[in-house]
Amino acid sequence: MNQSAIPSESLRDACAHIQKAIAEDVVSAEIVRGELVATIKRSSVTRVMTFLRDDPTCQFSQLIDICGVDYPEREERFEVVYHLLSMNKNTRIRVKVPASEDTPVASVNDIFPCADWLEREVWDMYGVYFSGHPDLRRILTDYGFDGHPLRKDFPLTGYVEMRYDEDQKRVTYEPVKLAQDFRTFDFLSPWEGIQKLLPGDEKAAVPPAVPPKQGGA
Amino acid sequence: MTPDTGVHSPETEIENYTLNFGPQHPAAHGVLRLVLEMDGEVIDRVDPHIGLLHRGTEKLIEYKTYLQAIPYFDRLDYVSPMNQEQAFALAVERLLGITAPPRAQYIRMLFAELTRILNHIMNIASYAMDVGAMTPFLWTFEEREKLMGFYDDVCGARMHANYIRPGGVAQDMPAGLKERIADWADKYPKMIDDLESLLTENRIFKQRTVDIGVVSAEQAIAWGFTGPNLRASGLAWDLRKSQPYDGYEQMQFDIPVGKHGDCYDRYLVRILEMRESIRIIKQCLEKMPSGPVRVNDRKVMAPPRAEMKTSMEALIHHFKLYTEGFKVPAGETYVATEAPKGEFAVYLISDGTNKPYRCRIKAPGFIHLAGMDAMLRGHMLADVPAVLGSIDIVFGEVDR
Repeated sequence: MNQSAIPSESLRDACAHIQKAIAEDVVSAEIVRGELVATIKRSSVTRVMTFLRDDPTCQFSQLIDICGVDYPEREERFEVVYHLLSMNKNTRIRVKVPASEDTPVASVNDIFPCADWLEREVWDMYGVYFSGHPDLRRILTDYGFDGHPLRKDFPLTGYVEMRYDEDQKRVTYEPVKLAQDFRTFDFLSPWEGIQKLLPGDEKAAVPPAVPPKQGGA
Repeated sequence: MTPDTGVHSPETEIENYTLNFGPQHPAAHGVLRLVLEMDGEVIDRVDPHIGLLHRGTEKLIEYKTYLQAIPYFDRLDYVSPMNQEQAFALAVERLLGITAPPRAQYIRMLFAELTRILNHIMNIASYAMDVGAMTPFLWTFEEREKLMGFYDDVCGARMHANYIRPGGVAQDMPAGLKERIADWADKYPKMIDDLESLLTENRIFKQRTVDIGVVSAEQAIAWGFTGPNLRASGLAWDLRKSQPYDGYEQMQFDIPVGKHGDCYDRYLVRILEMRESIRIIKQCLEKMPSGPVRVNDRKVMAPPRAEMKTSMEALIHHFKLYTEGFKVPAGETYVATEAPKGEFAVYLISDGTNKPYRCRIKAPGFIHLAGMDAMLRGHMLADVPAVLGSIDIVFGEVDR
């Protein structure tokens, strides 16, 4: 680990400052593995992003990345993750916003112009809606694509496959037909080698129920 | 309205029209479709349609073990494979809490810099060809061949290396390779001089590139530019200096920066970066320590072949690693590296199993291409290949 896992002074400052200055917008802010991670409320995306960009202690002037993560078991299944960089302070921050299919996240396009395509990608891949985005079209998938491919419940093979149809003289879409079943192997074996405790060993650790008598009565 | 006399006045209104550039166009650097709204020869709006090379790499990685995920990184930006493997390896190492042995770090740096040259000569050559110079393309491809020969020597593949692994590299460098690289590194600056003699002061090249696609420092930050494109706008920001990984903190090198942020400066920055890379390569070769190239942790890296033949335990470890793979402790990390095109980063989320829960690939080209619209407005149609070539786009990583 050459990228130092020890947080720098300015990172700790930024963390403490965020916890204090925008406490009502932030659910949690902490330093994990030398990386500053903040979870914020969905309603305050615009406010927090503007703050992070303009505040003199933070100065996260560049939006590096926006991506989605899908946790189907959660009530709000998606997480929109923003990565910001401050060149002046040489620090980074990761900002997480929970979202679901029905809850739009405010677009940060006005704050960071490069959010345009990144938000389009999250919309394309996960179906998270960004309110206020000027042009929320699909970006990576095919024209007329249906579904959001990076969701955990979207099959790896997809639903349709395309080929050139010689009779119709055009490209046609058909449901995916697999020549053999899709193979996933569960390699997560329960075998963990020899356990440290052998059957019966637990008896050795338990102290005797009745303490031996001390001396003669 | 005046009655139509049948004679059109010279001021007949011409409506804006839409022009399709690509997806099959030699200057599109792959499969890019640009929908250009033109006002005569002048561009009003650019709408790049990408995704024609989308293969769902991030989705595929979620279904593969960590070791099986590495080859996908070769196929992202197929002009600079090893830099991307390095980013992924570093991310996995951080979650595992291990560090590659010093010799492995030096080999990684050495090949990362060789790859940087591999990338930059490809970019400069194809860029020169886009704006009308044929010879650099032929000259530099000879050099690329030599560099891919080094790839071949070290891992057996010319392009898709699969060489840098979490915990080190796949195998040590073969005997004699160090001398061959040193010999090449001595001769290569002459090649850069020759290349510069063809382009740097070339009148046609300068006419096509100077003051074209100007990006100010503020714009470069706002549009999320990284790497040479950012440095050409005058910002001395290099992750190898500011957030060093592997052994870059021990290396002496300078960060070339541009002044104007135009296409010509982006070209110059890449030329100078190649010279700096040569410096780093020489230092790597000089200081390279001896020792192991793989961590001595059998739960992460397979035992050597010879040991497998004699030790039952080694055989079990080998079998387990290549079927089940290793498990990575639950957690998440974001590791950014200075790839030739800019900040290439891996945001890795592990749920404690043998497969990544989510592997987000932050590709620099994607962001740079998004800046095309703003860069090209008001330029002429002929400037499209010039700007496109200067921001160094490879569709393997843009579309992922």
